[in-house]
Amino acid sequence: MSQRAIVSESRFARGLLIGSALAFLGFFLLLPLVAVFSEALKQGVGTFWDAVKEPDALASIRLTLLIAAISVPLNIVFGLAASWAITKYSFRGKSLFITLIDLPFSVSPVVSGLIFVLLFGAHGWLGPWLNAHDVKIIFAVPGIILATVFITFPFVARELIPLMMEQGKDDEEAAVSLGANGWQTFWHVTLPNIRWGLLYGVLLCNARAMGEFGAVSVVSGHIRGLTNTMPLHVEILYNEYDFVGAFAVASLLAVLALVTLVAKSVLEWRFDYHHGGAGH
Amino acid sequence: MINRRILLTSVTLGLLVGLGACSKSDKASGDATSIELTNVSYDPTRELYKAINDAFAQKWKADTGQNVTFKMSHGGSGKQSRAIIDGLEADVATLGLAYDIDAIADKGKLLPANWQASLPENSAPYTSTIVFLVRKGNPKAIKDWGDLVKPGIGVITPNPKTSGGARWNFLAAWAYGRKAGGSETAAEQFVSKLFANVPVLDSGARGSTTTFAERGIGDVLITWENEAFLAGQELGKGKFEIVVPSISILAEPSVAVVTENAKKHGTEKVADAYLRFLYTPDAQTIIARNFYRPRDPKVAAKFKDKFPSLNLVTIDSDFGGWKKAQAYYFDDGGVFDRITTKK
Repeated sequence: MSQRAIVSESRFARGLLIGSALAFLGFFLLLPLVAVFSEALKQGVGTFWDAVKEPDALASIRLTLLIAAISVPLNIVFGLAASWAITKYSFRGKSLFITLIDLPFSVSPVVSGLIFVLLFGAHGWLGPWLNAHDVKIIFAVPGIILATVFITFPFVARELIPLMMEQGKDDEEAAVSLGANGWQTFWHVTLPNIRWGLLYGVLLCNARAMGEFGAVSVVSGHIRGLTNTMPLHVEILYNEYDFVGAFAVASLLAVLALVTLVAKSVLEWRFDYHHGGAGH
Repeated sequence: MINRRILLTSVTLGLLVGLGACSKSDKASGDATSIELTNVSYDPTRELYKAINDAFAQKWKADTGQNVTFKMSHGGSGKQSRAIIDGLEADVATLGLAYDIDAIADKGKLLPANWQASLPENSAPYTSTIVFLVRKGNPKAIKDWGDLVKPGIGVITPNPKTSGGARWNFLAAWAYGRKAGGSETAAEQFVSKLFANVPVLDSGARGSTTTFAERGIGDVLITWENEAFLAGQELGKGKFEIVVPSISILAEPSVAVVTENAKKHGTEKVADAYLRFLYTPDAQTIIARNFYRPRDPKVAAKFKDKFPSLNLVTIDSDFGGWKKAQAYYFDDGGVFDRITTKK
């Protein structure tokens, strides 16, 4: 009885809450998204394609994809290793380790970028050695990759640690007691258990790797056609009064983000289904 | 397990070093048929160097048969100077003021300290000055520097810490304050009142233009003459008006070959030819068309309607040169810090 009263009383409040949430979303998320696409297509599809086909724009798209293609696998390896170590073993300094994984979340991207300038810049700690061996890190593609890996460091590990913690190590112990070696245990027992969580982490990692601006801006040197990622190229085009071009590239970035979101929703649905379906 | 983690770590490190090795000097020297030149420049020169690069590439091809391609990087002059010192491998630096190239010589040791003597005209192939851009019809009736300190006027200028243009702006304002008030104290008071009217300090000249023109903030933009012309052209004719103040400063954006980098890349010859090309009548005409004041008297005569003559102070005779001005006004604890913290 009392429950019914609560429900009926809150009908107005519920409508208000849902309505304001939707209005908020529409205003702050949907409207800017629509604005990006309408600005990009303002002068027709032809101009849009010309802006995207421009060699510097293509170079930035290639660079962004390359960076994602390198930093995401690196973070998968690291994320797996870290969450494995944290959840299957107990060792001293474990909580410090977990805190360190979170560091890139809490440090401003500008600082992350400057760390690499301090390390690898011409007058940084390793600068003279790198210079003597003619290895370029900062203001070149490797520096951008390093910065991106640093920024996206926590995504996979943060996704896996709670999941693997919840699952415990019973399955692995059973596998080992049945004679499986380490690799077999990982491949046939652990990986199937965590695959959806892993994919989810990979998607988040990928989205950030493609979209990162701050840290990458510090280490890039902004050389057109060489070290400009898509987000940096958007800024450059905007500063050159090329608004159609800027929004064309921005809309491609937005499309990449949307694809990621859709993939994420599908995965979430599969993940829940899998989780519930497999049951405990 | 430990072994595997060591393996993973070493694979990861190996990958990174490998990447570093891949990109190492892949642009070195180039072959006989093509060569690449990296020009690290300041903010408002994007359009200028696009045109200059095309013209030079044609000439170089005709002279030597070699194809030259350009890698351009633009940003606030001080920021770009910092990047070159930190290892951005520019063959030539074309920055907003001599001090930023001095810094590359001082802190980076990448070119000789007397670089300014290696090209004509103090190594400044074009000049500009500082003017105001106001909205159509000049609704706040801004005529001269004195109007910028009136209450309620929003003044847009970039941050002198990062932007070369902003330092010229600051010194031009100082020159007015000094002339109007008759003393350094009066000048400091004037400039500090002016900065009290600045709502946003962007890091580069182009950022400020966008703030003023696109985002519609402020009543007057203090900027390079070339940037003011360009904004008028690119962002809709008739939306803005240029106001030429009674006194301003002769801005001499400097260019230099970053000799250590050029040696490393084997680009010394083409880099030198590129900068010398800027002084030719062809390039000077491109320069004038892009709203910079040409040095060549013949070209200047042709474009004299475009560039009004006005009372110009210079950095060397009125401020004792850039080294002194930089230390006194803009370094940490200098005048700029004093007036902005007071605010």
